[in-house]
Amino acid sequence: MKQVWKSHSPFELRQAEKPFGGRCIWQGRRRGKMVRRLWKLGAAALSALWVMGILTGCHGREGLEEFVMPEEFDTSRDYEITFWAKNDTNKTQTDIYNQAIQEFEKLYPNITVNLRLYTDYGKIYNDVITNIATNTTPNVCITYPDHIATYLTGTNLVVPLEELFSHEQYGLGGSGLQFASPSMEEIIPQFMEECRFGGHYYAIPYMRSTEACYINKTFVEALGYTVPDVLTWDFIWEVSEAATAQDSEGNFLINGQKVMIPFIYKSTDNMMIQMLRQKGAEYSSDSGEILIFHDTTKELLETIAEHTAGGAFSTFKFSSYPANFLNAGQCIFAVDSTAGATWMGTDAPLCDISEDKIVEFDTEVRMIPQFDPDSPRMISQGPSVCIFNKEDPQEVLAAWLFAQYLLTDEVQIAYSETEGYVPVTSKAQESAAYQDYLSRCGQDNSLYYDVKIRAAKLLLEHAGDTFVTPVFNGSASLRDAAGQMIEETVKSVKRGGNADDAYFEKLYSDMISLYRLDQIGGRNSSASVQEDLGALPSMSVGLLAGLTGAWVLILLYVVWGRIKRRKAI
Amino acid sequence: MKKIVSLLLVVLTALACVGCGGDDKKSEGVMTYEEYAAAALETQVVVETYVQAKQSWWDNKATVYTQDKDGAYFVYNMECSEADYEKLTPGTKIKVTGYKKEWSGEIEIMDATFEFGKGNYVAEAMDVTSLLGTEGLIDHQNKFVSFKGMTVEPAGKDDAGNDVAFLYNWDGSGQDGDDLYFNVSVNGQTYTFTVESYLCDNTTDVYAAVKNLKIGDKIDMEGFLYWYEGVNPHITSVTASK
Repeated sequence: MKQVWKSHSPFELRQAEKPFGGRCIWQGRRRGKMVRRLWKLGAAALSALWVMGILTGCHGREGLEEFVMPEEFDTSRDYEITFWAKNDTNKTQTDIYNQAIQEFEKLYPNITVNLRLYTDYGKIYNDVITNIATNTTPNVCITYPDHIATYLTGTNLVVPLEELFSHEQYGLGGSGLQFASPSMEEIIPQFMEECRFGGHYYAIPYMRSTEACYINKTFVEALGYTVPDVLTWDFIWEVSEAATAQDSEGNFLINGQKVMIPFIYKSTDNMMIQMLRQKGAEYSSDSGEILIFHDTTKELLETIAEHTAGGAFSTFKFSSYPANFLNAGQCIFAVDSTAGATWMGTDAPLCDISEDKIVEFDTEVRMIPQFDPDSPRMISQGPSVCIFNKEDPQEVLAAWLFAQYLLTDEVQIAYSETEGYVPVTSKAQESAAYQDYLSRCGQDNSLYYDVKIRAAKLLLEHAGDTFVTPVFNGSASLRDAAGQMIEETVKSVKRGGNADDAYFEKLYSDMISLYRLDQIGGRNSSASVQEDLGALPSMSVGLLAGLTGAWVLILLYVVWGRIKRRKAI
Repeated sequence: MKKIVSLLLVVLTALACVGCGGDDKKSEGVMTYEEYAAAALETQVVVETYVQAKQSWWDNKATVYTQDKDGAYFVYNMECSEADYEKLTPGTKIKVTGYKKEWSGEIEIMDATFEFGKGNYVAEAMDVTSLLGTEGLIDHQNKFVSFKGMTVEPAGKDDAGNDVAFLYNWDGSGQDGDDLYFNVSVNGQTYTFTVESYLCDNTTDVYAAVKNLKIGDKIDMEGFLYWYEGVNPHITSVTASK
């Protein structure tokens, strides 16, 4: 068994690769603290949300009033709204947010937008949960639908958007807007549908990406293989195993280095979800039943364990960023988001490793590996925007105007060009400016970086092959569990453990317990639980009144007893 | 009588030294730093060490910088209740059982549990200025260290194209409250240092000090010798060079 990392002291590894301990100015790029340290929803915060849900969720009697669309936007008043935005630790992206705000404020001088920047969806999720309790949620927030499903535990916290979409003046493509908004039909329907759950649209798509496999083509060919148009899992495993061959001194034959992890996957939750979908295996039902714990999942984990043991596979959480290994010639297949394309390849405009560690190679971009090349499937992901409800409907309308501004061609095209994102409107996608951008693929290694544009094209060409997982209250936990099963298996194998039946039985049990998957599922977990349940049935009212009356009588009896005793003294 | 008193004083002094400086003798089954350094990655390690600083607590997991007299151990996401986290004050002795691993060059202990021990030790900052750019620096990874007489260099440019002395996040994409990155040079070589916002947030003196840096300032610094794809010190104090 080849254990890439175990066979050498870490100090030997570094000295072999890096003859100095210092770090020069041009090496000072780094990212990832927030990404690596994934924020998990704390028990206290979740409990607070649940309690609040219980207190405010009883038939809509407490909490915020349902949003009612104002007849007119009152421009005589000033509004201050907050926008919580996620970026990929990318200065250009934050500049685009700032520019968008400036332009919007010129059009609507009575609206001030305060930007708060995040680099991690999990941190936004956590902060929103914390701020729900104090009624200080942002007005506009970039988020994932899975997270919105949790926010919906509170009553009327997130604004359903249908009425805003269709408003003649202020809706999509509305006549009263100060900017050219896309119509409903101009938002890619598939992306729009990803924002619909629980019977309502609770978000608008902002950007879309998928995952891609970034390949060191030079090494694949040196191993005697040719990169196929559609990668298969069998191909990836075979080439990866071939790349683990070492000489007697522990140097990998393919790169002459002490380190080689042929296949690294960034987001293992996506890995499991996509493998299951490609296999046609169950994950969850639309209403939130947890269906992931079955034999196909076990078989997938067994395969992953086998190749981990051989040193052919690892993950971001276990090893580090795939891009760092890929660019150092220490990885052949790096699977990461298309929104991470600017970090991939010898000439990548963004890089965390020092120049002396970067190796020359040809980079290929392909779809993630498939089980059935004739019927490829890949995940659709990327930021969406939701609007939090407020007591003042005019403030909500101001927030909607800004959220809608993010769909204009200017913002969509500029932001999509920062990474391997694609615009979410056909209007922007078909615009001359965007088509010109795509046509300049490879003209330079910054705006027109070929790996980035090829990654974006991959999604544009395969939008019909993408899918999303069902959204319900708890779907974020299920997603975490899907990835954690791979992480735990990799960790166990790397530490000499067995991946046998007993291991998987315990793993399933641990995941159910850790992510409370036995407490979600079925109709009650669906976002539809937020639908108006109407007035309490008369029998329930009677029962509650009876209980209250009994407690009042008990208290009166106790008080009366004490008064009697005092009088006796 | 004098001999007895002298002997008593010597014994008391020795005991006092042990009491103040921490009990160096490792318990049974506990690794010395040498043994820890020699241990293979992904193997179980057991160390007795002393908390030097805390970085974060969340979801019953704590990340702490620890050190004994021989070396330092960065303990990442150790199981820890919120109540116990409060007790992890600088100098507190803990016995940590976990797995040794590497992440982007940083050697750390993960998946760890701990128990409190008796003893107290707060490390003096070790001056590693002369080791910058040498192979020997990594031998002191994670230790509490100091850097003397370094010069602040431009970290990047602002929107107007002017040189700035620090950035929020590595590329300036952050805001107040995010990590601070700044460049300092010595002997003609420039290095990037960080104020890690989980360790020292925007209410701390060091955060304010870095925000007030001017290009060309001569400064002394203290911090922990963290690693990310190369040395990446987490700075905890900045003062003007004497």
